[in-house]
Amino acid sequence: MTFLFYLFSALALFGGIGVVVNRNPVSSAISMILSFLGLAALFIQLDAFLVGILQILVYAGAIMVLFLFIIMLLDVREEQRRRRSIVHFIGASGVAIAFVALVITVLSRGDIGKANFTALTESKGPGTSDVHQIGELLFSTYWFPVQIVAVLLLVATVGVVVLSKKELK
Amino acid sequence: MGFQPMARVESNEAPGTLPRDSNRRVRSHRTPQNMGWKPMLRPLFPSVTRALSDHMDWHIIIAAVIKIVVFVFLVTLPMVAMSVWAERRVSAAIQDRVGPNRVGPFGLLQAVADGIKFLLKEDFTPAQVNKFYFWLAPALTMVPALLTSAVIPFGSRLFGEKMVIADLDVGPLFVFAISSLTVYGIVLAGWSSNSKYSFLGGVRSTSQMISYEISLGLSIIPLILIYGELNLGRIVQEQAVNGWALLPLWGEGLSLKGFILAIPLFISFVIFMTSMFAETNRLPFDLPECETELVAGYHTEYSSMKFALFFLGEYAAMIIGSGLAVTLFFGGWSLPFGWLAPESIDAAVPWWHGLIHIGVYFTKVIGVILFFIVIRWTLPRFRYDQLMRLGWVFFFEIALFNVALTAILLAVL
Repeated sequence: MTFLFYLFSALALFGGIGVVVNRNPVSSAISMILSFLGLAALFIQLDAFLVGILQILVYAGAIMVLFLFIIMLLDVREEQRRRRSIVHFIGASGVAIAFVALVITVLSRGDIGKANFTALTESKGPGTSDVHQIGELLFSTYWFPVQIVAVLLLVATVGVVVLSKKELK
Repeated sequence: MGFQPMARVESNEAPGTLPRDSNRRVRSHRTPQNMGWKPMLRPLFPSVTRALSDHMDWHIIIAAVIKIVVFVFLVTLPMVAMSVWAERRVSAAIQDRVGPNRVGPFGLLQAVADGIKFLLKEDFTPAQVNKFYFWLAPALTMVPALLTSAVIPFGSRLFGEKMVIADLDVGPLFVFAISSLTVYGIVLAGWSSNSKYSFLGGVRSTSQMISYEISLGLSIIPLILIYGELNLGRIVQEQAVNGWALLPLWGEGLSLKGFILAIPLFISFVIFMTSMFAETNRLPFDLPECETELVAGYHTEYSSMKFALFFLGEYAAMIIGSGLAVTLFFGGWSLPFGWLAPESIDAAVPWWHGLIHIGVYFTKVIGVILFFIVIRWTLPRFRYDQLMRLGWVFFFEIALFNVALTAILLAVL
């Protein structure tokens, strides 16, 4: 399985680099989908079938379609012609350096990778699917956060309806 | 330097790795003698073959490859060709014509002739297109359609082997996830063609697919609530013993509860089938390639085999959609009234039962395909705003209501 791990990690990283390097926004969007697919495969390798499938269903299948939809309505050629200025360069390097510093700080703490978690599917005995267990956990232990998220989504939906109305009565 | 077979003494596992592979127990007793041909390959690609052979069971891979070759390439793809023929014959019958009847008996070889024609035609690429995506798009419509066939159980068991390529615990979700990727092929085809008709076709298709994916996903939630299961194989087994979702006439289905629960299931079925028509871009919802408005929609600029791939992708999606409908609502491979039904998902099945189950599955799928075809030649095309209204104002709400109804019924009964 280590071979597959490297294969799909490479796919995810390759897609991630593609997002940044490509000048064509459509290519960037497609690279991002590639990266999501690699990530989904990694989840599935960890026996997290539901998370892996949702990664494809929600991110690659729904959100990126909307991204692509918007990008296609833009003038892609103008986007490709746009020059990069020194301000972009400084800002981007600042963010990159901050991120690398963060990663180094976290990794140098020494106890990374030592924790031995049991897989969700192992904890309740073999044979039960991860879907059942995630469902059970969501509606028992974590029912309150689920309710909060549901209300949040409802607020967002109502907000969209209000904003997209041309004139409020 | 000769190669010496040696017992696996070293473990490749990192210290913190999760003990999750149950197959390991089976493998641990292997000695150098019964490791077969695997060691022979090791000197060639040491790291790759070691990685593969240490963590996989070869018989699973070989069985999967055989199932993929037979089910996908030898059965589904010819079915795609045959359904094109069936479409032309049925449409001819409906319109009081004869249809293709010259090539082979009943024109059955027409599909082969069409295939040869597509391969031999000039593969023309217009000058103004974005070449990379223009080439990628046809493949992206065909591949997801075939990938989704991996989780659909097309039989019970044959010689002890489950007749499904990948027995996933998230079957329907997998189908929806992968088939939601089909939209990229159409969008990219429309965009990269650099033509306004193609582009409008692509834009229409995107909004149509996004709209109907929601009701498609919501429509099967009642079914999942009732069976408490996302594994398609177990859903079919349950239906084989206790009555199909839409025909609860035997087993535990033959009760007041079974009959009452058939009501939300029927609503689910109607929403599911309609959304499936929209997802596969079939009439009455074939707005992306509406001839009278958009020439041919997203594949206007395509010719030869690239065009054929769009065509085949549409039919492949239709066949897999039919397979999913059969699996969810008509008991998959099972015969009615519990005939020849295995007692449990793990029970042994005689080989001739297994063959009958496979035959039953494909018979049902062909039935649903014919239904798709007859609908296409019966109903006129919707207008675009009607399509969107139908999806968002009616089916979405009905599907939500149906989920609530099922939950209440399950709580009361």
